Order: sequence, then structure tokens, then C-alpha cells
Amino acid sequence: MRLVGRRLALAIPGLVGVVVVTFLLNRALPGDPAAFFAGPAATKQAIDEIRVKLGLDRSLPEQFLYYVRDLGRGNLGTSLTTGQSVVSDLVQRLPASLELTLAGLALAVGVALPVGVFAATRPGSWIDHVARVVTTTGVSLPVFFTGLLLVYVFYYLLGWAPAPLGRLDAFASAPRTITGFFTIDALLTGQPATAGAAVRQLVLPAVTLGIFAMAPIARMTRAAMLGVLSSDFIRTARAAGLASRTVLFTYAFRNAMLPVVTLLGMIFSFLLGANVLVEKVFAWPGIGSYALEALIASDYAPVQGFVLVMATIYVLLNLAIDVLYGVIDPRVRIEA
Amino acid sequence: MRTAARCLIAFMMLAWGATASAQGRNETLLVVTESGPNSMDIHGVGANRPAYQASWNIYDRLITYGTKASPDGSRMYDYASLKPELAESWTVAPDGMSVTFKLRRDAKFHDGTPVTAKDVKWSFDRAVTVGGFPTFQMKAGSLEKPAQFEAVDDHTFRVKLLRKDKLTLPDIGVPVPAIYNSTLAKKHATASDPWAMEWLKNNAAAGGAYKLESWKPGQETVYVRFDDWKSGPLPKLKKVIVREVPSAGNRRALLERGDADISFDLPPKDFSEMAKAGKVAVVSHPVENAFAYVGMNVKNPPFNSPKVRQAVAHAIPFEKIFSSAVFERGVALNGNPIAALTHGHELVKTPFKYDIAKARALMAEAGHAKGFETTLSFDQGFATTNEPMAVLVQESLAQIGIKTTINKIPGSNWRNMLLKKEMPIFLNAFGGWLNYPEYFFFWNYHGQNAVFNTSSYQSPEMDKLIDAARFESDPRKYSELVRSFARLAVADLPRVAVYQPLLDVAMQKNVRGYQYWFHRQLDYRQLSKE
Repeated sequence: MRLVGRRLALAIPGLVGVVVVTFLLNRALPGDPAAFFAGPAATKQAIDEIRVKLGLDRSLPEQFLYYVRDLGRGNLGTSLTTGQSVVSDLVQRLPASLELTLAGLALAVGVALPVGVFAATRPGSWIDHVARVVTTTGVSLPVFFTGLLLVYVFYYLLGWAPAPLGRLDAFASAPRTITGFFTIDALLTGQPATAGAAVRQLVLPAVTLGIFAMAPIARMTRAAMLGVLSSDFIRTARAAGLASRTVLFTYAFRNAMLPVVTLLGMIFSFLLGANVLVEKVFAWPGIGSYALEALIASDYAPVQGFVLVMATIYVLLNLAIDVLYGVIDPRVRIEA
Repeated sequence: MRTAARCLIAFMMLAWGATASAQGRNETLLVVTESGPNSMDIHGVGANRPAYQASWNIYDRLITYGTKASPDGSRMYDYASLKPELAESWTVAPDGMSVTFKLRRDAKFHDGTPVTAKDVKWSFDRAVTVGGFPTFQMKAGSLEKPAQFEAVDDHTFRVKLLRKDKLTLPDIGVPVPAIYNSTLAKKHATASDPWAMEWLKNNAAAGGAYKLESWKPGQETVYVRFDDWKSGPLPKLKKVIVREVPSAGNRRALLERGDADISFDLPPKDFSEMAKAGKVAVVSHPVENAFAYVGMNVKNPPFNSPKVRQAVAHAIPFEKIFSSAVFERGVALNGNPIAALTHGHELVKTPFKYDIAKARALMAEAGHAKGFETTLSFDQGFATTNEPMAVLVQESLAQIGIKTTINKIPGSNWRNMLLKKEMPIFLNAFGGWLNYPEYFFFWNYHGQNAVFNTSSYQSPEMDKLIDAARFESDPRKYSELVRSFARLAVADLPRVAVYQPLLDVAMQKNVRGYQYWFHRQLDYRQLSKE
């Protein structure tokens, strides 16, 4: 508990830094939101009116103070591209991004961990080589390309996957919001058909993300396992005649997990950002595509909101990983 | 572990095998679009183009336009014929200084409240008062202040005219003067927001043929038919779903697989390929009163020299641009601005041919035999055609000694750059709603220096001709005026017209009733599926 509190306190200066930097960066972007939103037939006067309305006529420190004050009230401003408040947009869209990212990560872990372990037990074998080639290819392909390729093959040519129309088929209606995860909400409200439809929509984008995330996980698992397998205590365990299964999973795997978990945390937050492009390809209504559209329109508030949410997720994630360390390796707990 | 796996497999099979109900799909239209509305209120600050579509289908106007066959046999609206919508009939006073509209007695808003002249007055007052785009558009038809609008009785509405302006009636048929349910809207008005701008952004107080069922900004908008609609024949589609699919490649795939019914906004290359493949129907119509051009800043050197501008006009590879940047999805203009603008006027003969030798000679006459360096700018938001076009222009200008650096400007900053009027040479396009050449010229060539007069072009003679044409009622004198200002535009050459774009739309072959509208949005009321 004390650990959690201390970690949280340490995160505050970081968050303050994020607030300042995003504010300044956004102001440094080219583009004049007032001109953009004044519409096609705007006069100079009309643009000035909008500038006043948006508070852009004030000095930078003044704008910043207003921004911080609103932030304190939980008001992240209004998005000009969707016309809604940024908080309600983010609340609606964050579950979509999380559902996609978690599904992608689960897929990547489900494939990459066994592959990594297997490759480590037989280094230099053909399986090791195949795993290396496949994962490296996955990570070298840009995600939007993998996404478009998968859509082309599985939707356009084969017709196996559903249309890339976002989280649900256009003719299905969304389940009542409980967690915001369509698959879970649909099951909770007893709509297996809707859950099925949501899973079908999820498969291709999750695979796209999964392919991208697979390589670092597999490589790290392999390296960590190799390191552990060649260490003294494994040799001792083997010499003591323990079953190779026990050696591999109880002793080696658990010790190799530490760096892998650290990496997983990084990959998760990284994927949450990287799925901007995947969301665009699959018309996925997440926060990544939201921030991207806002950036194109020089719409400051959603971009700031996005960065702030991401920063918070990073902080929480790091905290969770630190706690998880303690579970995997009790020694960490004592040192902290 | 094993049961879990089995459950997962069963679940996956269920998922992949699930078939969505096909019921009602023939009465439901699935539209896919690059981006959706940011407001349900066309009077709202910063309402984007998709918001026009929402407003057009949810709200009624007093009058609308008839339809006619376009030259290629497809349907288009008829700018010369005005038809009743909420107004049953209208009469122009004998002195020509007012118009009286008789409203339908049976028309109701979506909540059942009858439509009265009070609502019409409130709506017109709102449009001329809130400022920004709606007020600007109303002004184009000399509709400027609330005192002009009078609710005579419940079903009679009168507009007093400030001056005889032939654009007044056509302007009442554009999307801006939509009729709002004032009783409902006023309930949501506050002291600081007397026009209920905040509430109407996300809600409709309307009486049009479609009701807003749900709207998830950035994702999806769903409309259902308003069965009590009286302002026209009951539409065939019961439901319209507009899904936002940002990737153009996926929109094309959705159409070709038959999963989506209709889409605008694909790259010209895609439309060209889809039209040839013939799987889906592609309907194209030249955008009226619009053209894409190479503009030059006539205020600053070196393009303040008319000879330099003429040299540029002769060095623009019109045909190459048309074939490999536009993929022939347009009408080639070769420098003639008026060809795109109207129907029935004698065309000014095409003045420019691609002629490098002549362009070089003109450069020498202007004292720039050695050429100069400059930047060529374009809006990155339209890079699909702008970028290849810029490269072709750059290549060609290099042959007459004009070395250009290409400057791509992000879409969000383009309007800002236009306002500054400092770019020496640039690519741009303009289209106007009302199909009158003097309307186009008023925005683009007039000395009032609107943002669209991108070249800072000033000519008292031009202003006189445009103003005269706007209020000329004798057709012969009017035609002469139009020809004169078109000739002057070619002589002074602040911009070189390159091509008139096409409005392309791709749809399933069972979709019927599509027609071209000046606002370039879908009218769901006219569409049906077989």
C-alpha cells in the first residue's frame, strides 16, 4: 500500500509536465483554428469573432491559466470536430481502444510466449529460425499496411471477415453500456448474437495489432529464457533430477517473466498509441483516430485530452507492473 | 484449460456463423462517408459540409428546386425552377418589393406541433442574426435583417425586399433558411443563448422528411422516416444509416462487396476504375459554377506583371494534368473560366494553348528571360489531385526558367494562408451554390476582396460589370455583361482555370433516384432500393 502511494506521488510532477508540454506544443502547431472553423465564406471580422469566442485572442499564460482552471473542474474543453465535450468523447471512445488493444495484446502474448519458450529450448533449430523470420516480418510491416492487406485478403477476396465498419455491423445495435467493452456487455445483457458480431469485428484489427506486437515479446521471451536456462540454479535443478517440465515452467519460466512483464507494460501503452492507424483502417471509433482527426483540424482540446489520458494510463500501468513484480518475484517487494 | 478452449471454439463458431437479419434492408440505406457532421444545426458555428446533409434531410425549407435531366441522362436539380416545400404557393407583389408565402395547413413538426408563420419568422430571424456563414449566405440573396420578415397570420409569411435581387428566391431554397420548431427551440434557449445554439447543435427541432434517431459524432448517424411528412411525396426509405469509414480503400471495398450502398469522396482514380469495372454504378456530374485553377498574386512581383502571368498560362500542361492528375474526372477548361460557370452563355474562345516557345518569348518581353525562383503552394487536404498537378506544373514552369519549390500546406492552415494573400503562385478551387456567373465572380474577382479573391485582384472596371450584371433584368444586356467580365478575366488573368471537377458518386445498381444537387449532398427523400 505504501508503495502504491509513493509511486502515485512520484507520478504527479510527470503529469504536470505533460500538461504544460501538450499545451505549448499544441499552440506551436501550424494552423489557425479560428480560420478553420469560421467556415468557407468567412470574412476577417467573422474569424476574429470566433477567435474571441475560442479565447485565442488572449496571451499564452492567460490561456494556460484558463486551461488549468477548467482542468481542475474536470472540463477538458469542447471538440470542434465532433461538437461534443472532450470528456464525453473520450469516455465513449476509450473502451473501444482498450478492447482492441487488450485483444491484440492477448493474441500476441498467446502466440509469442509459447514460440519464445519453444525457440529458447531449441536454439538454432529450424523452428527457432522460422519464428525469427515470421516475427521480424510482422514487426517490419507498418500496421496500416498489415491492416489493409488483411482487409483485402479476408474481407474483399475471401469474404470470411465482416466489413471493416467499426465495432459492430451497421445493422446491429450496440448493447447497453456496462463496461464499454461490446463483447462483455453483450454477454452480460444476454445477447450472444451481438457478442458474436462484436467478436467478428474485433478479429482482424486485433490480429493486425497482434502481429505487430508479437516480435518484441517473442524475442524477449527467447532471450530471457536462454539466459535463465543457462544459469547455475537450472543446472542444479537438472542435476538433481527434476522433471524437465518442472524445470522449464516452475523455475525457468517464472524467472524469465520479469523482463517480459516489463516489456508487456511498455508494449501495451505503445500499442494504445500505435493503434491510431489501425483504428483509421478499420473505422474503429477509438481515441487514437479521434486524436488524429482533431490534429488534422488544429482542434486543440481533444489532442490535449488524448495526451493527458495516455499519460495517466502510462502512470497507472507502470504502477500495476511494479505491483506485479512483487507477485512474480517477492525479492522486489522487500527491496522497495 | 481444455473446457475453456472448447468454450472459446464454440463461441467463435457462433460468432462466425451468426447471420445478421436481412429484414428491412431494402428499406434501409447504408451510406459510407469519410467524415460525418459536427452539428445538427446548419446555423451553428463551424458547421461542416456533412452537417449540411443532416440539416437538408431533417429540416424543411419554404421552397425547393425542381429536377431535370442533365446532358448525359442522369438527374439533376433545376436551378431555374422553384417548387413548393413548406410553402404551398408564393406571390411577388406588383411593385416587386415583397414576396408573400402561403404555408401548408397540414404540416407538422416531428413532435406534432403545427408549423406556423411564427416558426418561419423565428427561423429567418435566426439565420440573419447569428452571424458567420448562415448570415453571410442570407446576405447573398439580400436577406439581411429581421425587420424584413413578417408573420402576417398563422399561415402567411412575408419577406420585404431591400432591393430587387434575382438571387432572393433561389437563396430561400438553399440549406441555410431551414424552418425550426420555434416553440421547442425556445424551451432550450437561455438568456446568454437566446437562439438555443447549444441545444440545437445536438438535437433537432425540425419537421423534415427524416427524424434524427441517433447520432454518435465521429461514428454514425441514423435517420428514420417521419411518416407524417406532408411537404412532398412520402420517401421510400424507412431508415438511413450513415457510417464514417475514414479509409477510402475500405469504402471502395465495401461498395464492391455489396455491403454499403452509396459513397462520395473517393480518389478520382478509384472512381475511374470502378466506372470501368462496372460492378457498381458510378454517376458523375460536373460541379456547377466551380473550377480548379492556378492562381497568382497580382500585387507582388514577379506575378504582378501581366506578361509573366500570360507566360505561365501558356506553360500549363492542361492535357497532361487532365489525364494523369485528374484521371479525366472533370471537364478540361484550358484557361477558360466561363465555360464552367453557366449554361446558355456564348463561350469565350479558349484562349490558351500549351506553347512553351510562346511562353518563353513572353517571359523575355517581361524582362525575365533568365527566369526567377518562387514557391508553388497547395492544400495538402486535397493532395490526391493537387500533388501530381503541382509536380506537372513545376516541371513545365522549369522549362521557361521559373524554378519553383513545392510548398504543401496542411488543410487546417490553408484557409489561413488564403486570407493572408501572400502565396505567389498556388493551386486552388472554388464552387458556389447559386448557379449564376456573377455570383461566382462576385466572390472571386470582385474588388471587395473576399477571401476567395485569392490573387488580390483589383479592377474598378471588373467591379462595375459584376455589380451591373447582378441587378440587370434585361436578358440581352445581362448576357453582354457576363461576356464582358469573362473576357476581362481572361485578359487580366489573375488565375488560369484548369478544369471543372466532377462530383462522382458510386452506388449499388439497385439504388434509384440519385440526383445532383448544388450543395453536393445526398437527398435521402429521393432515393430508393429495388
